[in-house]
Amino acid sequence: MHSQAAAVHPEVHNPALLHHFAEPQQQRDAASLGMWIFLATEVMFFGGLFCAYLIYRIKYFGDFAAASQTLNAALGAANTVVLICSSLTVVLAVWAAQHARRTMLLVSLVLTIILGFAFLGIKADEYKEKFELHHVPGASFQFQKSIPGHPDQMANPQHAQIYFALYFIMTGLHALHMIVGLGIFLWLLVMAWKGRFTPEYNTPVEMGGLYWHFVDIVWIYLFPLLYLIDLHK
Amino acid sequence: MSEEHKESSLTFYVGIWLTLLAGTALTVVAARIDLGPFNAAVALTIATVKALLVALFFMHIKGAHEKLLKLVVISTVFFLFILLALTMADYGTRAWS
Amino acid sequence: MAIENPQPERVNYLNKEYGIGSWLLTTDHKRIALLYLISITFFFFIGGFFALLIRLELLTPAGDLVQADTYNKLFTMHGQVMVFFFLIPSIPAVLGNFLVPMMVGAKDLAFPRINLLSWYIYVIGGILMLHCMATGGVDTGWTFYTPFSTAFSNTKVIEAGLAIFVAGFSSILTGLNFIVTIHRMRAPGMTWSRLPLFIWAHYATSIIQILGTPVIAITLVLVVAERSLHLGIFDPKLGGDPLLFQHLFWFYSHPAVYIMILPSMGVVTEIIACFSRKRIFGYSFVALSSIAIAVFGFLVWAHHMFVAGISVYAALVFSLLSYAVAVPSAVKVFNWTATLYKGSIHYDAPMLYAFGFLGLFTIGGLTGLFLAALGVNMHVHDTYFVIAHFHYIMVGGAVMGYLGGMHFWWPKISGRLYPEGWARLAALIVFIGFNLTFFPQFILGYVGMPRRYYQYPAEFQVLNVLSTAGATILGVGYLLPMIYFLWSMRYGKPAPDNPWNAAGLEWKTASPPPTFNFDQEPVVTWEAYNYEELDAPHREEVPVAG
Repeated sequence: MHSQAAAVHPEVHNPALLHHFAEPQQQRDAASLGMWIFLATEVMFFGGLFCAYLIYRIKYFGDFAAASQTLNAALGAANTVVLICSSLTVVLAVWAAQHARRTMLLVSLVLTIILGFAFLGIKADEYKEKFELHHVPGASFQFQKSIPGHPDQMANPQHAQIYFALYFIMTGLHALHMIVGLGIFLWLLVMAWKGRFTPEYNTPVEMGGLYWHFVDIVWIYLFPLLYLIDLHK
Repeated sequence: MSEEHKESSLTFYVGIWLTLLAGTALTVVAARIDLGPFNAAVALTIATVKALLVALFFMHIKGAHEKLLKLVVISTVFFLFILLALTMADYGTRAWS
Repeated sequence: MAIENPQPERVNYLNKEYGIGSWLLTTDHKRIALLYLISITFFFFIGGFFALLIRLELLTPAGDLVQADTYNKLFTMHGQVMVFFFLIPSIPAVLGNFLVPMMVGAKDLAFPRINLLSWYIYVIGGILMLHCMATGGVDTGWTFYTPFSTAFSNTKVIEAGLAIFVAGFSSILTGLNFIVTIHRMRAPGMTWSRLPLFIWAHYATSIIQILGTPVIAITLVLVVAERSLHLGIFDPKLGGDPLLFQHLFWFYSHPAVYIMILPSMGVVTEIIACFSRKRIFGYSFVALSSIAIAVFGFLVWAHHMFVAGISVYAALVFSLLSYAVAVPSAVKVFNWTATLYKGSIHYDAPMLYAFGFLGLFTIGGLTGLFLAALGVNMHVHDTYFVIAHFHYIMVGGAVMGYLGGMHFWWPKISGRLYPEGWARLAALIVFIGFNLTFFPQFILGYVGMPRRYYQYPAEFQVLNVLSTAGATILGVGYLLPMIYFLWSMRYGKPAPDNPWNAAGLEWKTASPPPTFNFDQEPVVTWEAYNYEELDAPHREEVPVAG
């Protein structure tokens, strides 16, 4: 509940203040809560996929391990590093906006965008390899590999297809969120270039940052779950 | 905010970043060691620690002045946990080929 | 003859701007509420049309009106349209959108543009659904069970899935808007314990919308992916488990029924307080029971799967939890009853709907407990007993609450009074029609008539005929308000600011309200449901509306 500001403050002509809010802090708090609730919905959205993955991984562990080991764990790790670095640049961008450091803000935003594209580029390369190996689920799916640690046992291709279905849907959905994030940050870059962000008003940068960090957190879980099954075998 | 505080804030972010990178390295190394059934648990624990670092410090939950945001996060995680746990309660108690 | 308003007409949200553009591009929560009203009423007709065809087919034991495949499509589309395009939005999108900002004392919702976006998303989902129905429809049942929906059905499953996927985002955005508004936009003095219980109910509903809807969204994505790419996530022939679909589907679809009933409970609370001229008995119990329903509602989903093949142990757990979820609902029924006790009861139309709700929701809720008992469930699962149970709650509960609320707040929304005589008659017709339609279905289910069948043994015909007769009467009862509400917009008596002398900030401003709701920001210094004050001979001057 906001304070008695409405009674005390005269209308401050802050062009960013929307008419139905009494004061900027209320608007900021509303935006923040709104973004967090939106992220909560995203957690549940990905959560359904994690549920499906959990069930089948336990049930078809060997087949999933076999399928997982056809992924390039090094590229996966590289992508993890890329995203962690981008989270740093995001946090620096927010800091820069809050401290009126225009150059630092612009550089941080540009770096974030570059890192985001790097992530997508590496992902695209991985997908291309999967396509060439016929690991994309569908009519042309093929899978012949033994279960790690059991060289005499072949993995069940149907179960492997389930792994790849979940792999593509989970990483694909994640990549889609990255693309949206890049769109958001390109827009933030344009706004920052125009000088729209000040220490008093930088909510869009903060909110964009929250979204970006969330996408990073999803990958933090996807990487070990998808790429690192039974690698010691 | 004092200059000191400003700078320490930046150093702090870099510190978290380095910790996250270290966690990633640790995850990869641990995956190559045979820990039996604990490989998955270790991987998920490290991932959760990393996620917490991002959430608490990069997303500023730690500094939030009201408990509401923490409540939103905790409730969400709780209901995700319910989805996973109660579904597993079914799968874990029946044989399914 | 149109009755002219004797006062020169005040500027309000309806007459402030004219033209289709001012409506389609509005960010005024009250106008958006009316946009939703028109859309959901449209879909109510569509869903009702399918119901009519179902009941016509079931007049005779033989399958002689439509073919079996067509019948499958009828009950599927009746369910999908009614659940996703009528019931889920209904009260929140119409009454919630209109009232939530006013009840908390705000000028609008926290995110007015997102509010408009949510309506457009709903419309796009609706268009997709209409196109799906017009080009062949779906026959999987509204529950989309796999592997039929993913591997065998020859109907437009993908399009229906996409339509519901899109509509789900409308629901999510509405819930998001409400939660932020209730937390951040309350007027000075409006503490949590002074909020109308309508707000608490919508807050609880919004929690479910936020946390549940994304799960059905991703489930529909998986169904669409599986169907288009022939994956095996839910297909036993390819190593998948159909029960996984059911777990994911019901994780949302059970809490969804609480999305459908909680707002109605909020409406009924407001009506009972007003027409008993009493503060709600046990305010904090009613408030917290709404939250409890939202939380517990997420813990019971597999009670829809008792015979599907889940383990006995899981069934035990979910059965126990299903008994627990009934407790907060019962708490509310006790509190409403206690409110009525020694109240000064007025039998206006909204109150008639509230009484109807009380009785019918209680029956529906109790039969839910019958169903939650594993032994009973074995026998009545997938019979008309289940259909009767959920229609008692959805129609006898949710729709009655919706109609009661529309009557109660109609003067505020339109600035006109509806004709009270006709309204009471309509309420009575709805009550009679409803019971005649659905009570026989309890019996039919108990003696063994399965659901989703278009033909049945001859000995079931009498009950089916009664049910169809009831449905016709119910239809008349629904048509009447539509007619006289429209009539009242031109010929109804102009409404005063507070025709019911009701408590609540929305009654302290004009009927219809100005665009920004209040001429001056309200400052709340009184408790909720202050009916003693309102009915006292000398009303205290409350420093609010200009």
